[in-house]
Parts: sequence; structure tokens; C-alpha cells
Amino acid sequence: MALFDKFAKLAQDRAALIQTELHPFGTRIDEIYSPTEGRIGSQRVVLAGTNNYLGLTLDPDSIKAAQQALAEEGTGTTGSRMANGSYGSHMALESELADFFGRRSVIVFSTGYQANLGVIGTLAGPDDIVLLDADSHASIYDACRMGGAQVIRFRHNDAADLERRMRRLGEQAKDALIIVEGIYSMLGDQAPLREIADIKRRLGGYLLVDEAHSVGVLGQHGRGLAEELGVEDDVDVVLGTFSKSLGAIGGFAASQHPEFDLLRYASRPYIFTASPSPSSVASVRAALRALRARPELRTRLWENAHQLYSGLAGLGYQVGPQASPVVPVVLGSPQQGMAFWLGLIERGVYVNLVLPPATPNGQALVRCSVSAAHTSAQIDHIIGAFAELAITSREAAVNS
Amino acid sequence: MISQEKILERLFVYLGRIAPASTPIHPDVDLIQELGLDSIKVMDLLMELEDEFDLSIPLNVLTDVRTPAQLAEAVVTLMEPANGTVR
Repeated sequence: MALFDKFAKLAQDRAALIQTELHPFGTRIDEIYSPTEGRIGSQRVVLAGTNNYLGLTLDPDSIKAAQQALAEEGTGTTGSRMANGSYGSHMALESELADFFGRRSVIVFSTGYQANLGVIGTLAGPDDIVLLDADSHASIYDACRMGGAQVIRFRHNDAADLERRMRRLGEQAKDALIIVEGIYSMLGDQAPLREIADIKRRLGGYLLVDEAHSVGVLGQHGRGLAEELGVEDDVDVVLGTFSKSLGAIGGFAASQHPEFDLLRYASRPYIFTASPSPSSVASVRAALRALRARPELRTRLWENAHQLYSGLAGLGYQVGPQASPVVPVVLGSPQQGMAFWLGLIERGVYVNLVLPPATPNGQALVRCSVSAAHTSAQIDHIIGAFAELAITSREAAVNS
Repeated sequence: MISQEKILERLFVYLGRIAPASTPIHPDVDLIQELGLDSIKVMDLLMELEDEFDLSIPLNVLTDVRTPAQLAEAVVTLMEPANGTVR
């Protein structure tokens, strides 16, 4: 078989699904007007397909800090922290995150994906067992594969199922690594972390929580689901990203374990890549200060989340299991999803279309996400677009 | 010890539920190319087997598995050293 033959089915599927120049799997956003508005082609759109939860991507303080770092330290570090050295700002960011999470060690990575690869893939080797939620992000699966760990999946958000699988492991459960996410990126639901922490207390194991979508979103201080549910002491490792509520790019891992810092010398995704650029680090530091100083951003985010969730549910759409800044709408077939996505663009709304196997239960869904920067009128505009499409769908069904 | 035949039998029941009715299910059918299962469905199959036989079966067994017969064989092999626990 020739090298590219393996993509034949992919090419066939793509040709069957994508028949328009504008499509959801490579959308060009021509202009960004604000954290919540942009232009796609000739269409001005409300951006409801980002992870810009606190709306900080255009925050004046973050931009100013990034510009200053750019001017003073340059466009990039051009090398790895192990080989080429860390900048003071890398260390300062790690120290500020350690203070924020109240943990001894924080390691910053160049992306969130690499944070997962670099921590999970290094901690869990072939002799280790990982128990992970079946709906875990691809980066978690990839990390497990990279490390060669023995992976046992448990049913999504089912603590009893996790316990059953841990009991099967017997004594081995005591050293197993349990992995869950604070907020799941597709359905917007939260892990039953209180129950899972209780299982860990009774049966042993280590608990790693990927708070990529929940830092800045949950908890009185924005530390994520573990803070929200009062179980931070049960979490051995917190993973997170800078590319969502902190509005830049990069990732981190935080832990109280005294040996955690040793990962710097063992983690290939940390060692063999260039360190985050000075401007990115500077903007994250400013965004972290905003996250800590402006809890009203979280309040506003949740007001918007509830408005969109209840608005779409009220129209009769099948939405996610709980109100969340991520509001999925289940649509059925990929073709229906494509038509719906285009209909939303025509009505000035940009969301994400997600197809199986990236979605649970084999269904296409449009994933809407809200930001603290959305106005109530913008949320109403999104709901209005969905309302128009619901009427169009009903009329089409009657006429067919 | 659970036999390879018993595992295959259960696999066929699960596959019957999720595979297209038009595709015949047999021990050597390719789960992805012929039955059209995606990676999630194949992993879900493993979960069903774990619960059916009260076993821990790590995803790693799927590395070289393309057919039901290979999956059943991999599970039996896994059980040999530790009688149903992860090695």
C-alpha cells in the first residue's frame, strides 16, 4: 500500500460531506472585531464557537504586557528550556500559578496538548494502569498511548462504573492513575468529582483532573471543578491550558508531590520543544491577574451560559445534560449538521460543528460556547438564529 | 478460564447490535474496514467484554487487533498470566 493510500476513505468522506467553499472544518475568520464578533467572508458573525470564556483575548492589560515583552525579549525563545534556558518570565508564571493553585510545583508547557502528553505520557508507563473517563479528550488518549500505560476506560461520568473497574484491579488499584476532566469539551458537563474523590480515598490511586475548560470558569476563585466541589486536596495533579479562559497559548501542570518537578528531566514533550514565547507568557500572566481580580467575569459568563442554555432548551432543542459555558445541540446526521451550521452562518452566528467519533453517542452536534464578553443581546441573537432554523426545519418536514 | 469461543459468542451479540445489518459477521471480519466501526465503538466493545466476564482488559490489547477472532485471542492471552487481572 502506498503511503497516502490510507487516507482514501477520509478523502471519500470529505468529498461526500463538504460541497461548499465555506465549511466548518477549515473556516477562515477574516477579521476579528472583538472577543465575540468577527467576519467570515461577507458575513459579520457573533463568535459563539471559541473557548474565550472570560473574553480576555483583547484585554488591554494582556495586550500591553504582551507588547512590552515582545519589544523587550523578542518574538521567540528559539529553544527548549532544558537546553537553551528558561526566561525569568517562565519561572515567574510558574510561581504565580503555584500560588494561585496553592501547590508546590507548576510546570509550564508550550501547549495544553503537550502538557497532557508531557505529564500523563511520562507519569504512566507500561507498568502503570490508567483509569480514564470514556469521553476523555484525544490528548489524554494520545498521552496514554505515548507512555504505553495499560488503559482501562470507565463509562462517562459514572463513578459507580469507575469503582467497579477499580475493584476488579484489586491491589493494583492503589497505584492506578484516575483521569477525569473538570468540564467536558463536547457536552459541557462536569465530572462527578466528589464521588470520584471519595472512591480514591477508599480504594487508593492517584487523581489527575484536566481543568482545561474549567479554570477561570468554576470555583469561587476560578481554580476549577475541584475548588467548586471542595476536593482540591484529593487531586494529585491539575492540568490546564492557557488557550481558553486565559486567552493565549500554552499549558501547565500543578502538583503538591515533592517529586513532581523531576518531570522536567523526564518529559520529552517538555524537553524537546521550544519554550513558550515571551509575549504569550506575558499575556497569560496579565490574564491570570485579571482572572483573580475580576470574579465578576465568571458571574457574567454564567449569566450568559444560563441564558443560552435555557433559550435553546426552550426552543425544543436537545442540549447538553447541564447548563454550562459549552452548550451543545444534538442534530443527528453529519449532513443535517452541515446544513444547520451553514444556516447559522447565514444568520450571523459562528459555532463549531463536531462529528462522530469526536462526539459521544455517534451524533453530530453543534457546539456553542459563551464568553463573559457576550452581551445579553448577542446571546438573544444566537437564540434567534436557532429559532429561525427550527421553524425552517419544521416547514421542510411538513413539505416533504 | 473463559474460552475463546465464549468470548467470540458474546462479541457477535454486541456486533449484531451495532454493525450494519447488511454486513455478515464472522470471526475474521475486519471490525473497521468491513463493519465500519469507529475507534470509539471498538473501545466500547472492550468495555462490554470487561463487564460480561468481570475482567480488566486494557485498551492496549487492541494494538494488533483487526477482527473478532484476534480480539478474542488477545483477551484469552491476557487472562493467562494473571487469570483476569491486568498484568
